[in-house]
Amino acid sequence: MRTLRFLLQKEFRQIFRDPGILRLIFVMPVMQLMVLPWAADYEIKNIKLAVIDHDHSSYSRNLVSKVTSSGYFILTDYSGSYTRAMERIEHDKADIILEIPASFEKQLVNENESTLFLAVNAINGVKAGLGSAYLRSIIQDYNREVRTEWIQFPRFSPETTVEITSSNWFNPLMEYKVFMVPGMLVLLLTMVGANLTAINIVKEKEMGTIEQINVTPVRKVHFILGKLLPFWVLGLLIFTIGFIIARVIYGIVPAGSLFTIYSFAGLYLFAVLGLGLLISTYANTQQQAMLISFFLMMIFVLMSGLYTSIDSMPDWAKAITRANPVTYFIRVIRMVVLKGSGLADIREELLTIGGFALVLNGWAVLNYHKRS
Amino acid sequence: MNMTAVSISKIVKRYGKKKAVTTALHGISFEVQQGEIFGLIGPDGAGKTSLFRVLTTLLLAEEGTATVDGFDVVKDYKEIRKRVGYMPGRFSLYQDLTVKENLEFFATIFNTSIEENYDLIKDIYSQIEPFKDRRAGKLSGGMKQKLALSCALIHRPSVLFLDEPTTGVDAVSRKEFWDMLKRLKEQGITILVSTPYMDEAGMCDRVALIQAGRILSIDTPQGIVRQFGKKLLAVKAGQMLPLLQAVKEHVAVADAYPFGEYHHVVMKGDGRQELADYLTKKGFEFELKDAEPDIEDCFMGLMKEE
Repeated sequence: MRTLRFLLQKEFRQIFRDPGILRLIFVMPVMQLMVLPWAADYEIKNIKLAVIDHDHSSYSRNLVSKVTSSGYFILTDYSGSYTRAMERIEHDKADIILEIPASFEKQLVNENESTLFLAVNAINGVKAGLGSAYLRSIIQDYNREVRTEWIQFPRFSPETTVEITSSNWFNPLMEYKVFMVPGMLVLLLTMVGANLTAINIVKEKEMGTIEQINVTPVRKVHFILGKLLPFWVLGLLIFTIGFIIARVIYGIVPAGSLFTIYSFAGLYLFAVLGLGLLISTYANTQQQAMLISFFLMMIFVLMSGLYTSIDSMPDWAKAITRANPVTYFIRVIRMVVLKGSGLADIREELLTIGGFALVLNGWAVLNYHKRS
Repeated sequence: MNMTAVSISKIVKRYGKKKAVTTALHGISFEVQQGEIFGLIGPDGAGKTSLFRVLTTLLLAEEGTATVDGFDVVKDYKEIRKRVGYMPGRFSLYQDLTVKENLEFFATIFNTSIEENYDLIKDIYSQIEPFKDRRAGKLSGGMKQKLALSCALIHRPSVLFLDEPTTGVDAVSRKEFWDMLKRLKEQGITILVSTPYMDEAGMCDRVALIQAGRILSIDTPQGIVRQFGKKLLAVKAGQMLPLLQAVKEHVAVADAYPFGEYHHVVMKGDGRQELADYLTKKGFEFELKDAEPDIEDCFMGLMKEE
């Protein structure tokens, strides 16, 4: 026990003496949380629209003004030919072309129906999909308006229409930030935990100090605990800073209890630190450690359900997300922060992460040898 | 009284797998008595560090057995770690901790304290004590070495392993260092020291000459010199390089190599007069004299025999 105390004392001394690490630990989370949530917003705005109006009627003008007043579209071109509009797309000056045929108004009035043409630049799939969906719903809306305008009498519409009203639970305003910020907090914790531990131990290898420790009677368990505990404490500290930022800047107040979140975070950190430890037993230089954790981090981020929904992934990808500890914490933190879940609701995730912690740390301990 | 501190028997160490196997130690055996300064002398890559790492339980040997202080390096490694001090060739203390913190740290992980063993390290530590609040990374080379030695001694080890402690250290500090080792020996500590410098052999009680993973000879420094048994000449001339060529071509010469400002010439028999005549005929203006062999000459000779 005495040995562990001195190992911890030494570790904290070293951490607090390294201004680079300190800056990294405190500035990185603040920057990430202040900047990224504003950029990582899925709502598509500012879609550049090119309109080809062959009709020049009051109906077509109405339609165009309805589209532009929605706020999602910017009318960048109002031209007379499809070729010209296509050129605009090629030069990336337009994302969507809306073509209104010459007899749009006439057909609508006489034949009760008319056609419109949409051409979408699909290089950015998300933008194309959402953009055309927005446009379609605006046009449908317009369609209904036109219809109600005509069918004022008789008062009861002969056609039945289904109107949909939705209410958003747990995130009533469908705010992206409420949903993203907690997830980013998880990523931060993962990065700090895995990277710092891995690099710290590999540094001892590079400097040769680990040899000097290895010839002493220090027990393996003590040495490893001496490495894990300081970063566990630091991790929770960063997590706390993150929560304060989330509250002050984004007004995110967890619906569930902090106790639930911290219990999970504490356990999760052990899993992540175990991962860092495992990396360090395989890597011989800090560069190697960095690259391995960088590679893992990419997979962790993209396969965690932070940015994309896991439900829409193919089965093999779902299997990978299940082997990713980040997935569980992101799910849990969203459940607790938005929905107010308690410990009983996250039972399964707690057990899974506990399993991760055991396996990763166990593997690392088995793979760490005081002699080669 | 004459106890064995370190005993090594047929140690083989190989590195690499399958095709690219390098054998660093080819079945080395020797014994070191308690309380002696034992020098392991050989060029870079001879296997000195590998052997030290096997003895300090950092490396597992493929074959052979070794004991340190009576404990087996494989079975009783825990006991060994409690009673050996190891100073690796590269400075490997915490550069971001101060002198005092480093020493305290190593004292506490050995379950002791600076005060308890201060008498042992006083000689050495007192020289760096004025800088005890300076970070180890900011010390000069000589001071780093003293700190490393203090840290290796703080738990009063019975056997001390010093891997190339004087490499990269100036002549004055080297002399000082050997004086320190002599004083430690008086305290009853067995010291194994490796060095690539032949001139340091004379400081040891016994030395082992090691080359390419094999022991060439083990004896006292005087014993090794006595083994030389051939006539040695020293020759000097205005043009040293052509002189060496010419000397090597003569039939009575076994070997010749540069040695300081002279060339050392190992003769097959006596033949001094023949060599002198031969060189005069070749047109050299030279100086030829008898020379006393030292460890380096012995090493060169033994290497040739291999």
